[in-house]
Amino acid sequence: MVPITTIHYLVVAAALFVLGVIGVLTRRNVVIVLMSIELILNAVNLNLVAFSRMWGNLHGQVFSIFITVDAAAEAAAGLGILIAFFRNKETINVDEIDLLKW
Amino acid sequence: MNPGVNSALNATINPGMAPVATPFFFYLLAGLAIAGGAFVITRRNSVHSALALIVTLLSVAGLYLMLYAPFVAATQIIVYAGGIMVLFLFVIMLVNIERASKERRFNRIWPAGVAAAGALMALFVFAFVKGKALFPDRLMTLPESSNTQEIATMLYGERGSMGQYTFAFEIASLLLLVAILGAVIMTKKKM
Repeated sequence: MVPITTIHYLVVAAALFVLGVIGVLTRRNVVIVLMSIELILNAVNLNLVAFSRMWGNLHGQVFSIFITVDAAAEAAAGLGILIAFFRNKETINVDEIDLLKW
Repeated sequence: MNPGVNSALNATINPGMAPVATPFFFYLLAGLAIAGGAFVITRRNSVHSALALIVTLLSVAGLYLMLYAPFVAATQIIVYAGGIMVLFLFVIMLVNIERASKERRFNRIWPAGVAAAGALMALFVFAFVKGKALFPDRLMTLPESSNTQEIATMLYGERGSMGQYTFAFEIASLLLLVAILGAVIMTKKKM
């Protein structure tokens, strides 16, 4: 069997990233769009940790922790906006969010 | 570079700590992660999507363990699977899922989105095939036992001196504070 190298992890991360992009671009439900963004951030984290192991130092892991912090902040703010929006318009579909459209 | 990073750079392969059956577990976890990701973006019910996302996050945590990153794996499980997903489930319960589960799942322009994502995938494949020589075949083995301690040194510093990332760490706490305040204020009934 082929030994598992960095490129294997990069391929998994690329697949997760593309799945997340498809989710962001095609789904109508805002909650699932936010979940797809979490998928994208996870793919980036996986890349960083794989490179951290490839180079044998820990900077990538520290960066991935910062990205986790960002993901938490993004989820909290995004879901807050979503609840405020749902209270006004009674919908969570992306294509019906047009309050700022002129 | 501080001395802690140098000692990690000089890490040698330690056969006693090497994980067993690496390819099997890698393909298992990678398959679970990608299947979970596919479930997330195709399920009609948002709760099912959230559960599939939890499967993906746990599989990625397993991949972190295989990459000698136990601290990142623990952070992944505690913060993502334990914190962010609970937040997601709460919000799914607050907004009504009855109506959303009966409507169309995808945008009208979904073929354009899939085409754009396919172009992105093609770009990735091109980069990986062309740049394969950039990635060494062998992975280094990080010292698993001192991993967490060295991350702490980089984040907090040691013996009163600032670490390399101490300032960024403090800014991250500020960012979290602002996000929490923003979420609380936005969900308040009366401004």
